[in-house]
Amino acid sequence: MLNQDAHLSEKTFADDIATAATRDGFGVGAIEAGKADAHVVVLCADLKESTRAEEFEKVFPDRFIEMGVSEQNMAALSAGMALAGKKPFIASYAAFNPGRNYEQIRTTIALNRVGVVICGMHAGVSVGPDGATHQMLEDIGLMRMLPHMTVIAPGDAGEARKAVLAAASAEGPVYIRFGRAPTPVYTTSETPFQIGKALVLYDSEKPDIALLATGALSHTALLAAGSLAEDGIAATVLHVPTIKPLDTEAVLGAARRAGRVLTVEEHQIAGGFGSAVAELLAEKHPVPIKRLGVNDEFGQSGTPNELLSHYGLDRRSLCDAVRAFVRP
Amino acid sequence: MTLTSTDVALLEKKAEAIRETIIAMLVAAGSGHTAGSLGMADIFAAFYFHILKHDPKRPEWEGRDRLILSNGHTCPVRYAAMAHAGYFPIAECLTLRAFGSRLQGHPERLRLPGLETTSGPLGEGLSQASGIAYALRMDGKQNRVYCVMGDGEQEEGNIWEAALFAGKYKLHNLTAIMDRNNIQIDGMTEDVMPLESVADKYRAFNWHVLEVNGHDIRAFITAVEEAAVIYEKPTIIIAHTIPGRGVPEIEFDYHWHGKPPTKEEGARFLKELRTARGKVPHEYA
Repeated sequence: MLNQDAHLSEKTFADDIATAATRDGFGVGAIEAGKADAHVVVLCADLKESTRAEEFEKVFPDRFIEMGVSEQNMAALSAGMALAGKKPFIASYAAFNPGRNYEQIRTTIALNRVGVVICGMHAGVSVGPDGATHQMLEDIGLMRMLPHMTVIAPGDAGEARKAVLAAASAEGPVYIRFGRAPTPVYTTSETPFQIGKALVLYDSEKPDIALLATGALSHTALLAAGSLAEDGIAATVLHVPTIKPLDTEAVLGAARRAGRVLTVEEHQIAGGFGSAVAELLAEKHPVPIKRLGVNDEFGQSGTPNELLSHYGLDRRSLCDAVRAFVRP
Repeated sequence: MTLTSTDVALLEKKAEAIRETIIAMLVAAGSGHTAGSLGMADIFAAFYFHILKHDPKRPEWEGRDRLILSNGHTCPVRYAAMAHAGYFPIAECLTLRAFGSRLQGHPERLRLPGLETTSGPLGEGLSQASGIAYALRMDGKQNRVYCVMGDGEQEEGNIWEAALFAGKYKLHNLTAIMDRNNIQIDGMTEDVMPLESVADKYRAFNWHVLEVNGHDIRAFITAVEEAAVIYEKPTIIIAHTIPGRGVPEIEFDYHWHGKPPTKEEGARFLKELRTARGKVPHEYA
């Protein structure tokens, strides 16, 4: 059953649930952050419409900085602005930010420990028709390896807004991963969000499996849990928006209760969220674990649904993977 | 401010002291970058003892000018200049690159107050300096921002992204200084990857370009003063320097880009430095 304390949308399991892209949450959250703190500035590398940075520009034209197509300069320059007292958000596609400008982020933002919020848009295969070049699948791995870095993959547009606001008042550097495709908005304004905290979305009295998911696939995991319940498989669903620092207590708790863990993410299996969970469990509480994600290959063109299905990240694939895992 | 010949002579003496400290610290460290550090001693003496508005006792003072060292590998010259200016004891210079030292092999802001930023990976300083300059100007602040760069690092694409930005936004509070010593690790810059005409390149990017002899302290200060009154553009001062300046046996030799003198060489170099000025050797000799 749904965790009542999560205050999820009444339409969480309904077909007509409202949808929005997590990037839309960036647009809304940035404006709120800008109103709350005059130091907030938004930098964008020639993608202000698709990153939603232009929403901020409309309200704060003097605090929006058009960088042109120069992600390396954007990262290092934002570090300079942070050193001079600003709170920069830097927006581009995740393939280039942090894909292109990783070393600038490493040296001038992470090692320098400045409060820049790196906004990686269009992450995952659900970018769709643009194809593999623009479907970033390695950003969680890249960013979670960096000391001082916080890494967040919000579950829906509403949580993305909250993540942006939380990042605006965080001390050090933060990476937030956003998606292009509209996805169900299953959280509400009441749903708690705190950097570093996971959230139980769905629980069963005696779970056969713990589904741990990050990003918008947490909703898919919820749908899978509902379907699996009909098959007599009891699942708990833990949504883990903050990949670093990982909510070790929540992850270990879920693993202890269910004795079996399946992770889901729209990212390479190697180095991503599932890897972070596996690293923790291997050391603290080894249990059987299965990681779902993209398995050492690049994406391709297609619709988001076609691609999620092809890479085994839709509800049906999740259910199949759980059944094979629980009842081999 | 009028610069008297006495002022210049005092700055030259500071530069000489900085050079001696550089040799001593590189010998002690057993690794590090000699040529560029020695080559920039005059400019760093000018910065820390004449140009910069700063307070060594209050490195975080809001009113300070910002000096960004983009080619962080030449940090011995910055550390030495900071020590002589009173940021920390000169003796601490001998901890360069040692375990636990605040004087890291490449500068780290979080370890040593007064560094402004963390730098070393090439091509990133101009971006950071541009960000600082942009933010200060947004807030109506009058502080000036200086960015010292190498010439080899002009090969980095990031530099030209930053150059486009500073030109577009007319960052008149930003002055870049390029150490044009013509060497980099693998050889002479014009052999490794030709940069000329680098002045024309910056002009084409909407910068005000000045060229000076980087060992002529008066000329350098004059150029910095000119940059301060150019309101239409950022300024770059291309400072032509001699790598290894002050030690004739290594001057112009790119092999000295990234290696330190041995103890014996260090003693000889110090002697050469002093012979050039007719000084009496003291504790280092």
